[in-house]
Amino acid sequence: MQGQQWRNFRFAFSMSTPVLFGYLILGIGYGLYMHNLGFSFWYPTLMALTIYGGSVEFLVANLLLQHFNPVNVLLITAMLSFRQFFYSVSMLTKYPRSGWKKWLLIYGLSDETFVLNYYTEVPQECDATTVHLWINLLDYLYWVLGAFLGGFFGSALNIQIKGLDFVMTALFLVLATDQILKEKDHLSSLSGIAIAVGCLLLFGKTSFLMVTLLLLVAEYYWIYRRKRGIGK
Amino acid sequence: MSLLQQIITIAIAAGTNFLTRWLPFRLFAGKDKEVAPFIQGLGKFLPAAIMGMLVIYCYRNIDFISSPHGLPEIIAGLFTVGIHVWRRSMFLSLIGGTICYILLVNFVF
Repeated sequence: MQGQQWRNFRFAFSMSTPVLFGYLILGIGYGLYMHNLGFSFWYPTLMALTIYGGSVEFLVANLLLQHFNPVNVLLITAMLSFRQFFYSVSMLTKYPRSGWKKWLLIYGLSDETFVLNYYTEVPQECDATTVHLWINLLDYLYWVLGAFLGGFFGSALNIQIKGLDFVMTALFLVLATDQILKEKDHLSSLSGIAIAVGCLLLFGKTSFLMVTLLLLVAEYYWIYRRKRGIGK
Repeated sequence: MSLLQQIITIAIAAGTNFLTRWLPFRLFAGKDKEVAPFIQGLGKFLPAAIMGMLVIYCYRNIDFISSPHGLPEIIAGLFTVGIHVWRRSMFLSLIGGTICYILLVNFVF
């Protein structure tokens, strides 16, 4: 690599090192998790390559074990990845508007890549788009590599750890805790928990997620209407 | 599920995930269009609710009535939240919480 290109890469790599460890560890956990559910290592690897969204992949792993229900998959994925819509809105001015780089950058816009590419001040001597592309690609590789390693060594060494499936619960507990610590009032997180519990009791284990999601949107619509009514 | 159904399931998830990342570039690029206030508000309201819902999803299979009454899940869950509030390191909390649970189900309960 020439001097300029090398500088871009080196800067991107140094920025991405926290994600290197994070994604490798979580990816290995995800690969092992799918292995423990009974899937070959191809599943976590291909799902990491195509879906590329940690929480969605954990959930799809579960959905694959249930009856085929495409509408359910669509709704749950849409709701889970809805936050990324706003990452993209924030990146509109930072990412190129056309060309192949744009597509790669959109494809790889995970939570961590968003944080790095949005908040990193790219130094003057580096090219911002190239640095963004490298960070994007490196994060993607870390995640896919982790998922592959977990799935592959899970089956190669026949690792069956009783209780490993808790890694998914821990992931959502941590993400929920982060949200609760961040939010101003707890209406949203409490609604999610309360409506989910109610729907679980009423509708059972298979369809309660879908009903909960619809009720949450309905609840926000009601809040929104009330707020606007007061504002007038 | 057949293999084809599995492929469709994964493809829907991959496509939908990509769509949420791409849509703003399609909808708002080039113009100074604003995101509709309802969508903006929903974007602030939903994430916390969805994470709460997914925690319930993870706990859906627990039998609270017969022994051990979901105690390993509850203890490990509190442990996970505890170290997360204390250290605020996602990966420490994940590893710590999972190891705590593995120890509980293999050696305690």
